[in-house]
This record gives sequence, structure tokens and C-alpha cells, in this order.
Amino acid sequence: MSDDNKTIEMEVLRYRPEQDREPFFQTYEVPFEDDWSVLQGLQYIKDDLDSSLSFRWSCRMAICGSCGMMIDGVPKLGCRTFLRNYHSGKLRVEALEHFPIERDLVIVVDDFMEKLARIKPYLIPKQVRKLEQGEYLQTPGQLEQYRQFSTCINCMLCYAACPQYGLNSGFTGPGILALMHRYNADSRDGGRDQRMELGHSDEGVWGCAAVAYCSEVCPKEVDPANAINQNKMGSAIDYFLRFVRPRGATG
Amino acid sequence: MEVFKSDVAVVGAGGTGLRAAIAVAEADPSLTVALISKVYPMRSHTVAAEGGAAGVVRDDDSLDYHFNDTVAGGDWLCDQNVVEYFVARCAASLTQLEHWGCPWSRKPDGHINVRAFGGMKVERTWFAADRSGFHMLHTLFQTSLKYPSIRRFDEYFCTDLVVEDGRCQGVVAIEVATGKFTFIQAKAVILGTGGAGRVYRENTNGGIVTGDGMAMAYRQGAPLRDMEFMQFHPTCMPGTGLLFTEACRGEGGFLLNKDGYRFLQDYGLGPAEEQPRNKFMELGPRDRLSQAIWHEERKGRTISTPYGEAVHLDLRHLGRKKLHERLPLICELAEEYMGIDPAKECIPVRPGIHYTMGGIYANLETETPLPGLYAAGECASNGIHGANRLGSNSLVDIIVFGELAGEQAAQYVRTVQNSNPESLEKLASDAEQRAVAVVSRTDGKEKHSVLRREMSQSMESGCGIYRTATEMQATCDKLAELRERYRKLNVEDKSSIWNSDWLGALEVGYLLEVAEAVAHSALNRRESRGAHQRLDGYEQRDDVNYLKHTLAYHVPEGTPRIEYQDVIITRSRPGTRAYGAAGEAEEAQRRQERASV
Ligand SMILES: Cc1cc2nc3c(=O)[nH]c(=O)nc-3n(C[C@H](O)[C@H](O)[C@H](O)COP(=O)(O)OP(=O)(O)OC[C@H]3O[C@@H](n4cnc5c(N)ncnc54)[C@H](O)[C@@H]3O)c2cc1C
Ligand code: SF4
Ligand code: FES
Repeated sequence: MSDDNKTIEMEVLRYRPEQDREPFFQTYEVPFEDDWSVLQGLQYIKDDLDSSLSFRWSCRMAICGSCGMMIDGVPKLGCRTFLRNYHSGKLRVEALEHFPIERDLVIVVDDFMEKLARIKPYLIPKQVRKLEQGEYLQTPGQLEQYRQFSTCINCMLCYAACPQYGLNSGFTGPGILALMHRYNADSRDGGRDQRMELGHSDEGVWGCAAVAYCSEVCPKEVDPANAINQNKMGSAIDYFLRFVRPRGATG
Repeated sequence: MEVFKSDVAVVGAGGTGLRAAIAVAEADPSLTVALISKVYPMRSHTVAAEGGAAGVVRDDDSLDYHFNDTVAGGDWLCDQNVVEYFVARCAASLTQLEHWGCPWSRKPDGHINVRAFGGMKVERTWFAADRSGFHMLHTLFQTSLKYPSIRRFDEYFCTDLVVEDGRCQGVVAIEVATGKFTFIQAKAVILGTGGAGRVYRENTNGGIVTGDGMAMAYRQGAPLRDMEFMQFHPTCMPGTGLLFTEACRGEGGFLLNKDGYRFLQDYGLGPAEEQPRNKFMELGPRDRLSQAIWHEERKGRTISTPYGEAVHLDLRHLGRKKLHERLPLICELAEEYMGIDPAKECIPVRPGIHYTMGGIYANLETETPLPGLYAAGECASNGIHGANRLGSNSLVDIIVFGELAGEQAAQYVRTVQNSNPESLEKLASDAEQRAVAVVSRTDGKEKHSVLRREMSQSMESGCGIYRTATEMQATCDKLAELRERYRKLNVEDKSSIWNSDWLGALEVGYLLEVAEAVAHSALNRRESRGAHQRLDGYEQRDDVNYLKHTLAYHVPEGTPRIEYQDVIITRSRPGTRAYGAAGEAEEAQRRQERASV
């Protein structure tokens, strides 16, 4: 792992609204080991070169979703992207695309948080069950129907990848639509109709132009494009069904 | 300064804080809950927990077994009344999470599945693949969105508690996005701020796990209890300290030394068998395993890596299919971070700091000695973990006691009124001045990143897996020096918006307080018990003098004052803590003794 003293040039987007009129790039020369992540490079900068650089991080293990950033133009988790893979000896780090910059690599995530709350991302039980009755039964097969969509870490890489969200930030976007599908596809849940009010609209699944870059950048194999697609089918079927059965009935 | 008036302020939006906030909202929807977190709730470190959460469900299991495992695992430093309450509520608390949607792994018949975990006699660990904490946290966060009375303060960094008339009446927090202060007034405050693993260098904890709540309560006079007991997890990634969950061993993984030998059989944990057996070998408790690795290193039987000596975690025999199904995150960590395919190669691992057994002293009702202040989860010491926590007891600790703290606080606020607003706001603005002083000072030269590094190195050398008075004293001296140097800090960044240089400096301030409590508590405990092991003439457990909790009190301008408190024993008298075949013999003997009285 440690051999000769390797260094890499990290070109980092800086923007401090109190003093910078506009964002600019600042270059740092960072000595590194082969197993260092981009996040470790940034931490080195912060601890040893320039304490004014701000970025979000915590877990270092690709699970808290804090450290999404553009690395050479691709949305990635800083803690799971390794410096050794940038062979030119240089890489560029920027704040996630399609979000306003709060400062340096820190983006404003209010829009994401508001949308998340709006889709009712919690179980709306089909049948209410008391604690004394024990758990709902759910077979591994039923779990498998939504498992993948429940592993989203809210890192928002897919939003940075989504051209549709870039054009129209009213679009609910891939990660949150995947989460909506997660609850809709849960055998314990009966809240689909409530959620699909939003899901049907242009803000919802029909806002998606099926570019599917979201699934490519997703670090957790959530495959939001697939979730949206399934919902487009579901949404189209619902559209016809609403003429043949009373609204609110569960099928 | 902005003022927000709430009934209950919950600091921390990890598993503990979210569960507490929901409990308040359910107990009385008319109460306003302020839920404050320095990161967005889903970034809280509960997210990183992999293995699972304990709750008795199997027919061949019992609450007694869970009680006995916990108390013996804690080397009899547990408060047994609290453990009794705890084990009786684990399964229901976990079922509640299931009702809220938590995707627990299932058996073919649709019931909850459970897995084996270290130090547990029967399989009782509920799990959601190896993303248990992640799913618990997201379920709780998403569920919390149902309750309109919960007002979130995301990315608000608390700097102080406001204490007036001898009661805790709110907190002061910096809005990270603007650098502005808010006084969040409350009739009760619940701390769910998590552990303090970052006082050490190589650890499994996230960057935010800096003991803030512990330090805030401590500065206000609440004692920190049993801080010398810091848990080393035996299987961490060399260098970064990232965790390979105990579930790796629960699923049947082996630990090997450089000769490919399952060395744990040499440390009273054998015999070595092919199939995992509860409380034997790799399924022994964490303190014992970490200690065994330390001894292997001394015997020259470890594997050298660029980041120190290691042993091998061998998962190859589990096969690719099972690995990807049961331990997907572990595969990802090994493959992405180390370039190792766990189905083909062994993973080098070494012990790293993982869990803070000690914390703010809280009783069975989650009350701290400071009225109006409640504490639960990893920041608290409520007596269930004793001298060594068993894996999978903590994820359920946070929901059992998070809920209880919420219920208790909801009751308490009906009985009290806030003091005069002017005096509270005066205290809040004093707190603001103190936090601002850290950034506005211009005469200093010290960098907090340097102090943090020196602190964590010193903690590792003085308060590691094995300890001596000389080394602990050296750490105490070092910490005193660092505290002096902290006064001469220079925070270069003077801006307001997202000034993480400033917040980092405040965190180092918290860390130093907590580190001193750990080191002095350790130095004063002249025995070996659980995670506190000495090599200087105190190698044995000493129940005559030290069957006691340590209480560390903050002394402004001085070193902590250490006092002791009796352990609450209801039905399990201290015995030999044995595992493997010796453990079975010990258990048979206890049964016999009980039968003969
Ligand atoms: C890698 C790993 C794996 C683990 N696996 C398991 C397991 O399998 N089973 C098990 O039982 N236990 C496990 N644990 C332990 C368990 O996960 C933790 O003890 C538990 O999640 C702690 O929860 P908490 O809510 O108390 O704290 P946390 O989840 O750490 O939350 C702390 C909260 O406090 C907030 N906070 C802190 N300081 C401030 C401040 N100054 N101002 C505002 N907010 C603040 C944070 O923002 C955060 O929201 C594991 C731990 C780690 C590190
Ligand atoms: S779907 Fe994937 S990329 Fe999008 S937020 Fe979730 S984890 Fe991140
Ligand atoms: S630091 Fe948590 S995802 Fe990267």
C-alpha cells in the first residue's frame, strides 16, 4: 500500500458566499496512499492544508449518504471513490450538480427533504395490527418485492445525474420515487392510492424521460429507473382502473 | 438570538432521539417537540450498525437467558433492575419497528428471522441483512414525518444546555447554514447524542461521534459513569477502522492467526468446532476476542499490514451465495475498500474502538441527576452494558430507552413551568458568547486538528486493550497539556456560513473533556474487569473494592473528581465469567447450586 511518495492534484470547487463573488477552483497537492478515498484526500486538505474547506461526511463507509459530490464530472460518494483510480495524477471535485451550493462542496438539500416528506414515506397499514398480535407475516419472497428499493441512502447522486431534474426541479426525482415504490410494493402497506395522487402527476413518474443514468450512478443498486418504470405501468393501469372501480378501494 | 419555545427538546436524531421524539408525540400530540441534530437525521451514526438487535423470540430462549448473558457479558457491572426492564421489552420494541415498516429478514414462513451473536446463548438477534441500523434509522426517520408536533432542527449544532433554578430548560444551538444561534427553550431536554468513539484514532465510528452530549451534560455537573469501559471490536479494517460486523462470525466466520490456526481455542474459548456454537470460539464476547488478538501479536503470530498487526477473518467457507445474501455490505467493504473477494481470500482485521459503554449517568427512568435532563442510547450509562456491551444489545437499547425517555419527559413537562424568560435568554446569550469566543480569538496558534490527533494517539497508547498506571498517567498528563493548548486555539476560518472549522474546534473541546473522564476513570480503577484490563498488578477482578460504578465529575480548571456508586444487584451474584466449554461447566454448576437452595 505505501510505496514511493505519491501525490495527486485535487482541484476543488470553492465557494464561500460571504467572500467569493462566484465559485472557482482551488488546487491542492495531496500525498496519498493507494487505499485512500477521495474523502480522505479532502480530510487531509482540511486538517493539514486549508481548514476553510467545507464538505459533509460522517460514516466513511458509504452508508450515511453525506458525501455525494461530482468527481471528474460524475456523481459519486467521496468515501467510496479511490484516489488510486485517477491515473492522470489529477482530479476535479465539485458540489453535486443540480443543487444550489451552500458553500464549497456543501449543497442545499431542502428541496429533497421536502419532497421526501410529501410522498408519505411510511407504512400505511392495510390492516392495523396491535403489538400484542406480533409481527405482520411477510415471506422472503414478499420482502424481495421491495427490498432493493428500501436500500436508498438518500445520497442524491441520482438527482445530480437526472437531466430531467436539472431542467425542472419540480420533478420529484428518482430516489424519492424509488422510495415511494418501496412502500407501495410492501405487502403490509395499503397506502398506494394516497401516494399515487402525486405519483401520477408530471411531478411524479410521468416526469421521467427514461434516461436511466440515475440507476447507473446509484451506489446502492437501488435502480430507481426500474422503480419508476414499474410505477409508470402501475400508474397507467390505475388510470384505466379508476373508471371501473370506486376510488380508494384496495385491490 | 432567535428563540423557539418547545415543551420537549430532543438533542440527537439517531435511533434514540427519533424514537424519543415519536414517543412524546404519541403520548401527547399537543406537546411541541424540538428535534435537533447536527446532521440530517438519516446521517446519524445508527445508520452504520450492521449486525442486528436482540430480542427474545424463540421457544428455546427466555428472558432469563437474555438477562444472564447481558449481566455476565457486562462482568457484573450492570444494574440488574435495569437489565430486567430492558430484556422484557426488547421484542415488543422491535415488533413496533416492524409495524412501522422495518424490513427485518424473515423465515420462509414469514416470521422474523434471528441470527447468532457473540456472547448470546441462543439466537435472538433480529437483523435486516447486514444493514440493520440503516433500516432502523430510516424507518424511524420516515415514520417521524407522520407527526406534525415534531419540529425538526436539522443541521443545528448544540453548544450548551441552559440550566436555571437547578433544572435543565433548553439548549443553545448554531444553525450550521448561517452560523446564527437559536435558543431552544424546553421544559425537558432529552439527550440522544450517541457515543464518543472519536476520542480514539482507529475506530468504527463516524466523524460526528464526538461525545458532544456527554460533554455538555458533564460541564453542567451531571456525572459521566463508567467511562473507562471503551469497547474494542475485534474485527476492524486496518487503518480506517471500518467495521466487519460480528454477524460475520455469527454466520460462521473464523478467526485465524498467521499460521491459519483458530487461536481463540488457546484463550479459554474452545473447543474449536466446524459449526458456530453460541458463546464458543468466534462467538465469544468482544473484550475476550480483542484481548486474544493482543496476545497473539505479542507471540508474533499475527499478520503484518501497513497499518499494524492483524489476524485473518475467514469467510471463504460460507460461499459466495450466502455471503451476498446475508453479508452484502461486508462484501462491498472488502471488495471496494481492500480489493479482497471474501469468497476467495481472508480479510485482515484488527481491533478498533467501537462503543462507549459509559456515558451520562441515567437511572431506570432515564433521568439524569440534573432535573429536566434525560439521557438514553449510547450517550447514557443506564446500567445495561456494564463493563462490556454484548453486540446487538445497543440497537435495542436505543429504542427501548428512547421510547421510555420520551414517555418520561412527556409526563414531567406537565408538572413544571419555565423560569422567567429574561433570565433564560441571558444564560443562552452567555452560552453564545462562549461558543463565539472559540472562533473569534486571534491571539492563538494551535490547530484543533493537531490537538485531536495528539489526543487520539495518546488515548490509544494509554487506554488501549491492556493498561498500566504509568501509561494511563502519561495519557492523563498529555490530556491536561492539550486542555491548556486548547485555550490557545486559532480557528482560521472566521466566516458564518457552514464554518466547519469552527464546529470542528467545538467538537475537539467536547472530545477533550470526555477523554479526560475516560483516562482518569481508568487510572483509578485498580482491577481488571470487562473492557478495562490492567497489566500492572491488578490483573484480577476485585469485587470487594470495585464492584462499583465510577462517577466522574467535571472540575472546572482541574482534573475530574472520581467517586463510586454501588451496582444494583437483584438476582445474579457475581460469578466467573467463562465461555466455551468452561462456560458450560460454570453454568451447570450455577444451576446445581440454585437447585440445592
Ligand atoms: C459500525 C457500527 C456498527 C454497529 N453495529 C451494531 C449492531 O449490529 N448491533 C447493535 O446493537 N449495535 C451496533 N452498534 C452500536 C449502535 O449502532 C449505536 O450504539 C447506536 O446506534 C447509537 O444510537 P444513538 O441514537 O444513541 O446515537 P447516534 O445514532 O450516534 O445519533 C447521535 C445523534 O446526536 C446528534 N448530535 C450529536 N452531537 C450533537 C450536537 N452537538 N448538536 C446536535 N446534535 C448532535 C447527531 O447528529 C445524531 O443525530 C454499531 C456501531 C457502529 C459504529
Ligand atoms: S436511489 Fe441510489 S443514487 Fe438515488 S439517492 Fe438513493 S441511493 Fe442515492
Ligand atoms: S461518509 Fe457516509 S456515505 Fe460517504
